[in-house]
Amino acid sequence: MQLTLGPILYNWSPELWRDFYFRIADEAPVDTVVVGEVVCSKRLPFFAGHLPHVVERLASAGKSVLLGSLILPSLARERRQMAELAQADGMTVEVNDVTCLAHLQGRPHAIGPFVNVYNEATAAFLIRQGAQRICLPPELPLQSIRAIAAATPDTAIEVFAFGKVPLAISARCYHARIHKLSKDNCRFVCEQDPDGLTVDTLDGERFLSVNGVQTLSHTCANLIASAHELAAAGVRALRLSPQQCDMVAVAHTFKDVLDGRREAQSAIDVLEKIYPQALFADGFIHGIPGHVLATKGARSALGPGSDAVGSNGRFGS
Amino acid sequence: MELICPAGTPAALRVAVEAGADAVYCGFRDETNARNFPGLNFNRDELRTAIRFAHQRGAKVLVAINTFPRAGALSLWHEAVRDAVEAEADALILADIGLLDYARRRYPKQRLHVSVQAAAANPDAIRFYTEMFGVRRVVLPRVLTVQEIAAITKETVCETEVFVFGGLCVMAEGRCSLSSYATGKSPNMQGVCSPASHVKYEARNGRIVSRLGDFTINAFEKDEPAGYPTLCKGRFATEHGAGYIFEEPVSLDAAVILPALRDAGVTALKIEGRQRSRAYIEGVVRSFRAALEALDAGMPVETAALARMAEGQTSTVGAYRKTWR
Repeated sequence: MQLTLGPILYNWSPELWRDFYFRIADEAPVDTVVVGEVVCSKRLPFFAGHLPHVVERLASAGKSVLLGSLILPSLARERRQMAELAQADGMTVEVNDVTCLAHLQGRPHAIGPFVNVYNEATAAFLIRQGAQRICLPPELPLQSIRAIAAATPDTAIEVFAFGKVPLAISARCYHARIHKLSKDNCRFVCEQDPDGLTVDTLDGERFLSVNGVQTLSHTCANLIASAHELAAAGVRALRLSPQQCDMVAVAHTFKDVLDGRREAQSAIDVLEKIYPQALFADGFIHGIPGHVLATKGARSALGPGSDAVGSNGRFGS
Repeated sequence: MELICPAGTPAALRVAVEAGADAVYCGFRDETNARNFPGLNFNRDELRTAIRFAHQRGAKVLVAINTFPRAGALSLWHEAVRDAVEAEADALILADIGLLDYARRRYPKQRLHVSVQAAAANPDAIRFYTEMFGVRRVVLPRVLTVQEIAAITKETVCETEVFVFGGLCVMAEGRCSLSSYATGKSPNMQGVCSPASHVKYEARNGRIVSRLGDFTINAFEKDEPAGYPTLCKGRFATEHGAGYIFEEPVSLDAAVILPALRDAGVTALKIEGRQRSRAYIEGVVRSFRAALEALDAGMPVETAALARMAEGQTSTVGAYRKTWR
């Protein structure tokens, strides 16, 4: 089982962005790193200057580097960017929308978690088009993951295993809307929330996170307790999605469990210390509501011992 | 422009055809379609009879098989495709790449449309579906402006179908797991969004609170109508205040921009609402038929009757005029 670091989904400052990847290159036991802006094309110019250095540093450290494509390209400028991305020499693209696929037919590429691969027939079709890796959509239950992996033994099937879960994408920017700004004149207010803007219910319960045009879960996916089961199901890589916590330590913790150096329960305790704000969840792979934590013993949004709910709810009922 | 109308039941289909629909779309009574609600949809016999009825009156029937097939259980979706083809459906509306591939290879003569659930939102994405699967029409996501639609129809050979009335998704369709995050049931897998089985209304301190799964979606004062808790249309709070974070509880009514849609080169206009009553279907279809006849005759389009039928009596032309850009 390998580890993949997914793309940074949030609007991080360019220096933080660069230094994050330099440290990943030097210290994180991940095999593959996806870089690039996948959420909002307006953010790309800020770190574009650092991108070649980051790619080089990661590649020199032996990481396999993928360039992530936009989840929802619509403007003419964005479509041109996707066409150029598909032609990038010596780089493998991770496709997050069929827009990019139209330019890639027959060339080796990866499929990201934003392309709807719900079954073995779709996976097989994409593999015939040149897909060599497929990160499955986070809402898939283990039963589906197992069926797809069993039918595609020559392809690296990956599962979203750590981080707030991307749940929706829109043409509309909710950060701009919440700040009463238009999308075209957004003043990049999403940079204020490098871990997402928390959305509470009117009862003050943590619910979702807004990240510009993207909506994510408030809970943080944590499938470390299912790592061995996923491996047995034929999954070849686990994806760790960058959050505002020590992602190098997160990667080491997952690696320790995969290599048998640490038990899952102990790893959950470690992850809780690494990312103390997080409420963990793993409902999707169990086929139950995604916000639920089925694995016992960890801090959850709704389970017993959920002291984080209510006590820090700003709008208490 | 063709008028494409919803039918959740055989009776609604007959009403829609009589009221002036050029085509009616419907689905089977199972998880193969994205309106898998209790008491709705067609069994095989009903579909055959309905298609015969429609064809006798010069109307078409489009069958939506537009959820994403469950891994390891493809036969349910393959049977739906087979049975729709054998019932002589005029087109199949599909979203899943694997199912499009299957239908193209197995039934090469069958007309295929790309469902809105595929979220094909630009000419390159549409070209992927036309080149790979020979699709003839794409149902466009409700995120585009009229200008963007015009650009798409210029750049592609594929016919376009756009929503003009009814429910309004604010997220890219087919790419949203909000419902399954809260309830475990999703549009993509089970064909439901914010399902009624998970909805509760509670009275609290003189207010009505609407809940979906374990989450409060909205709260209403006594004199406020308590709307249905569709997740993305709820009231929530951030550190910047509380309110409709994603979208107000409005529905789509694009009747006033029919001339612009015609000039943009749109082939077909689609009315949302397979879950709606026969009376609603009849009223909306008759109004749109009259509007299209007025448009063809160069007369002003009457929109007041439609405005009264809009969900919550509040309507919007949606993204077609992107005021928030």
